[in-house]
Amino acid sequence: MTPEDRAAGSPALPALFRIDGQVVLVTGAGRGIGAEIALQLARAGGELVLVSRTASELREVAARIESEGGRAHVRVCDVTDSARVRAVIEDLPCLDVVVNNAGNNIPEPFVEVSEAHLDALLDLNTRAVFVVAQAAVRKMLRHPDRAARGGTVINISSQMGHVGSPNRTVYCMTKHAVEGLTRAMAVELAPRGIRVNSIGPTFVDTPLVRRIVDTPEKSRFILSNIPAGRLASVTEVAAAAVYLASPAAAMVTGTCLRVDGGWTAQ
Amino acid sequence: MLSPGAASGFRLDGRTALVTGAGSGTGRAIALELARAGARVVLVARTRASLEEAAAAIEAAGGRALVRRCDVTDTQALHALLAEVAPLHIFVNNAGTNIPRGFTEVTDADLDTLLGLNLRACFLAGQAAAAGMLRHGVAGVILNVTSQMGHVGAPERTAYCMTKHGLEGLTKAMAVELAPRGIRVNSIAPTFVDTPLIRRIAVEPRVRDALVARIPLGRMASEREVALAAVYLCSGAAAMVTGTSLLVDGGWTAQ
Repeated sequence: MTPEDRAAGSPALPALFRIDGQVVLVTGAGRGIGAEIALQLARAGGELVLVSRTASELREVAARIESEGGRAHVRVCDVTDSARVRAVIEDLPCLDVVVNNAGNNIPEPFVEVSEAHLDALLDLNTRAVFVVAQAAVRKMLRHPDRAARGGTVINISSQMGHVGSPNRTVYCMTKHAVEGLTRAMAVELAPRGIRVNSIGPTFVDTPLVRRIVDTPEKSRFILSNIPAGRLASVTEVAAAAVYLASPAAAMVTGTCLRVDGGWTAQ
Repeated sequence: MLSPGAASGFRLDGRTALVTGAGSGTGRAIALELARAGARVVLVARTRASLEEAAAAIEAAGGRALVRRCDVTDTQALHALLAEVAPLHIFVNNAGTNIPRGFTEVTDADLDTLLGLNLRACFLAGQAAAAGMLRHGVAGVILNVTSQMGHVGAPERTAYCMTKHGLEGLTKAMAVELAPRGIRVNSIAPTFVDTPLIRRIAVEPRVRDALVARIPLGRMASEREVALAAVYLCSGAAAMVTGTSLLVDGGWTAQ
């Protein structure tokens, strides 16, 4: 198999699920869900702009995309640095898809949440998501043919954007906020040809989750709440992003695609 | 446990799918796109002529289709059909109807028609499909075609909203119960779709314009857009998606 063949993704990713020629920016692209989303959107034909704080991780993801025949650019940037992230987005030649993926969680009981933790999560999970989305949409709207070309914002939310859970007060608050932003952006931007959706995964097998779920009790609690009986994989979250970014989802906006193995159906 | 997703998502090669209400509109489009994604499709509806046409369109696109005339409210006939086409990997509960009418004007006959087709038949068909999948050890997918009206209310839609909300409830409960057996259950909730059913309901341009004005994206959904959502949900790409409703509503319910 040549790199070009592999770049085409799975043997026959149907045309309507492809995004050839589109420029895609992914935040938190150095590892976990973000890295896999970047990889799969590149396989679907996108030209990637990878953003995170850690240059070495971004370079690794870019190298992998390029080894498969895809195109990727690295932009080292802390998304909570508003001025810097706005400048990064503004300086892009073009932007069609933004995946607002950077986020964090600090699970702890409600009464123990410090203002420092509150501010850190509000800043990254909500404020930075707003700023990145706003900068991205401003950039998209400068394209003279945007309504015809279409544009897409994908916010990586969580099942915790829909339900509550112990030790998750701040996280649930910030993820519910992302769901509200998604809907309001979608309604306002639909007439301009920009679609806005979120993805609501259950616990995904990532370095972040492996750090948080550090006891057998926590692991049992989580698995007992997922009817599917297992964690989601980064591949499955990324496939949802491919669908939402693609022309196949042209009529999908203002909604949350849950990849939660049934957690919120209970 | 649900099996992990295949990296080669969005394809349905080697699967057999059955679509009810496949003779026209959304059902026909779903059958066509599932076939294009590689599935062998069994087309079911009450009238053979429309099914033959749909099957011809699938075969012309290089797909494989099988036509079976069946009234999905006839449980015995449906069971016989499911036994004949087993093992089934994908079941699309698409047959449904609407009788828009003011709440106080809804007759018992209207109510029974909608309850009978949109809920009772969907329940029994889903039950029969799940039983078949379990019997054959198939990690299958059941898809219920609901509506944005399964999530919100609207004038002259009391019975319709009631049945479609009911179908959303069924979807969630089936999903939770069947996940440990490897079966996924989801719904697709479209806004108004440009179909013969809608064209019959929204004959007057004034009515049509009023509907479209409520859709932020400014148009009805196409049958194909609903069908592509079905391809995603039925494929390995959605291996961890169960018990949810994929809204294809152009933003209607986000308002």
